[in-house]
Amino acid sequence: MEKDYSILVGGEAGQGSRKAGLIIAKIFNQMGYSVFIHEDYQSLIKGGHNFSQIRASQKECLTHRKTSDFILALDNKTVEKHKSFLNKGGVIISGEKSCEIVKELGGSRIMGNIAMIAIFSRMIGVDWKILLSVLKKEISRDIDKNIEIAKKAYNETEELFKIEKLKDAVNPLLIGNVAIALGAIDAGLDIYSAYPMTPATSILHYLAEKRKTITTQAENEISAIQSIIGSAYAGKRSMTGTSGGGFALMTEAISFAAIAEIPILVVNSQRAGPASGVPTYSAQADLLFTINSGHGDMTRFVASPGDANEAYGLSGTLLNLAWKYQTPAILLADKELSESTYEFYPKKIKKETELLWKKKRDYKRYEIVKNGISPLAYPGQAIVKSTSYEHNEFGYTVEDEQSIVAMQDKRLRKFKEMEKELDKIEAIKVYGNKKSDKAIVCWGSTKGAVKETAETLGLKVIQILFLQPFPVNQMKKALKGVNKLISVECNATGQLAVLLSQHGIKVDKQILKYDMRPFTPEDLELKLKKL
Amino acid sequence: MKIENTWCPGCGNFGVLESMKRVIKELGQKNVVLVSDIGCNSKIVDYLDVSSLNSLHGRPIPTASGVKMANPKLKVIVFTGDGGSLNEGISHLIHAAKKNTDITVIMHNNRLFALTTGQYTAASPKGFKSKSTPYGSIEEPLNPLGLMKASKASFIGRTYSSKIDYTKDMIIEAVNHKGFSFVEILQPCPSFFDTFKFYNERVYEAPRNEKLINEWDYINESKIPLGVFYKEERPTYEDEI
Repeated sequence: MEKDYSILVGGEAGQGSRKAGLIIAKIFNQMGYSVFIHEDYQSLIKGGHNFSQIRASQKECLTHRKTSDFILALDNKTVEKHKSFLNKGGVIISGEKSCEIVKELGGSRIMGNIAMIAIFSRMIGVDWKILLSVLKKEISRDIDKNIEIAKKAYNETEELFKIEKLKDAVNPLLIGNVAIALGAIDAGLDIYSAYPMTPATSILHYLAEKRKTITTQAENEISAIQSIIGSAYAGKRSMTGTSGGGFALMTEAISFAAIAEIPILVVNSQRAGPASGVPTYSAQADLLFTINSGHGDMTRFVASPGDANEAYGLSGTLLNLAWKYQTPAILLADKELSESTYEFYPKKIKKETELLWKKKRDYKRYEIVKNGISPLAYPGQAIVKSTSYEHNEFGYTVEDEQSIVAMQDKRLRKFKEMEKELDKIEAIKVYGNKKSDKAIVCWGSTKGAVKETAETLGLKVIQILFLQPFPVNQMKKALKGVNKLISVECNATGQLAVLLSQHGIKVDKQILKYDMRPFTPEDLELKLKKL
Repeated sequence: MKIENTWCPGCGNFGVLESMKRVIKELGQKNVVLVSDIGCNSKIVDYLDVSSLNSLHGRPIPTASGVKMANPKLKVIVFTGDGGSLNEGISHLIHAAKKNTDITVIMHNNRLFALTTGQYTAASPKGFKSKSTPYGSIEEPLNPLGLMKASKASFIGRTYSSKIDYTKDMIIEAVNHKGFSFVEILQPCPSFFDTFKFYNERVYEAPRNEKLINEWDYINESKIPLGVFYKEERPTYEDEI
């Protein structure tokens, strides 16, 4: 039988359930399993109810399951809330035994999670050596006391079965936001400036710690995006990241970057809205807002990744494209992608050099050229005049009809080139039963649940990576042979279906989820069977 | 390239433009970058043959901070107005001063929004009559220099647009200052708030003295000191990141 385990670890905020989840995932990872962690936490610091759902499977897994084989309950609420989702034959490990051991050995309350991990590891027959090596890597404080506790808990637990080690060579695990940061770094990111906002904040934290870029926290989102526009004007690859509310504040500057033709990469990691909404929960409700962000006649690249490998690839690709076309680019992520843990094995991204001025004749920042892409120079090399006003080739303000039309036409020609670019890159992916005449269309992190369910039910999956410009040709190709199209999204108004209808593609049925929790394969299977 | 100047005849900005031409002659063209706001003041970037980035209303300061962070060799000068930096973008002004970002902010203070035809700003006197305050503004004006002192600006000066060389010297001193420098230029607006006579009768060149920041509170009719009132050396934001 296929090996596929689901484990839920829950407790109050401050009890270390998230850390416990990560350690368990790393134990499975060490034994060669494909791993995914879904995080569910509230907008508070202590108390409440937080939990991690870990999935470990022989097959690639990009989503968690609704039900669990093991529940590790650091508090009673975890048992109460989740026991009805325990699989037949499943085990609940409650906190009494771990508390006892921690007390006996004089450890602090938070060490209960380590005791529990050790109990769980022994139950499923994980070698002590594997557990010890993971603990040593993951625990930063009081390592000796933690290991003493783990050892006692391990030795005093009975083995239920012996889990099989699958392979030695393993891929690293990371969250979507770290993948976003790494993709941008490999595409030459120099500067990151942001204002904290869940669920984008961990990009800021990661980059601030790694010191591979200049990383700053700005006084607000407007300052962050204006600052990266300034940095990009001066020749440095720059990025910012935020969520819906902060992104709303940034939209005037996106319009500025469009007319001034300044390359920037903005990460909008969606959370549940409108307004403050449900801040630590996931949604896909900013699609139409993002592809329409910024006033005036303009366009932008907008792409949405479905897992950490795509997050890395698209982040790097968008940064390269922003510089190739001197345009704003937006990576549209969501909380589920940003904060879930994935196995990481991406195709390496490289920095692609932008079109540079050849230093012949006087420099014209906005030289009227056939494809609309004027060569770049940076202040210090030439007189470089950039502006939020409509302008002539040199970058001086204009108000006369002829100059306005000439410059807008130049930008329109560039937008055409941006559309053509989409034929050169993978903008759409197809999975599942490619011969099926029934297809599910999806975008963003929903891919995980959709792909798995479609494989079970024998359906075709069309995942849209680029939302703007819209990959019409690739979509037409993907739709060949399909006579029933079902859209699956985490929003209440069916925004992808609206976008598709703008391109003449009719969705037959919509499956929408807006309790701000991502789809699980169980949910989706049920809904698809009902259609 | 010759660009048509669109300021009103007699505008105080002509004085600032003349000062800036002399500044650029002395500093050289190559490494100067002007970053501007939206407003009459900000049109100056079109009239000077140096690199420039005309930003959005209220936002030139964070934009300039980004330019400086990307290339610390550049001399970055911001042009903004009282509307841009005391109304729309006041948070950026305060934070850049606090961070000691190594840029120079030149705030043309004509004490109203001129380009939108004369509404009151945070610098307008109480009782100021404009289209949006036809019965007189009910708010008291801010003292931008006092605000800058409280915000930890490391260079604070005031000059007057009619004093061409005096302004030129102050801007050069501000640009050469390592850290955040703030220069207020009192600038009459002959179309909506003609203060030439008011300033001509009151301004005087004063020695460096921090206390002079509060001599004129933008309300009373006292003498108006000009000069660099405050200057300190401390590490810049760019030094520390």
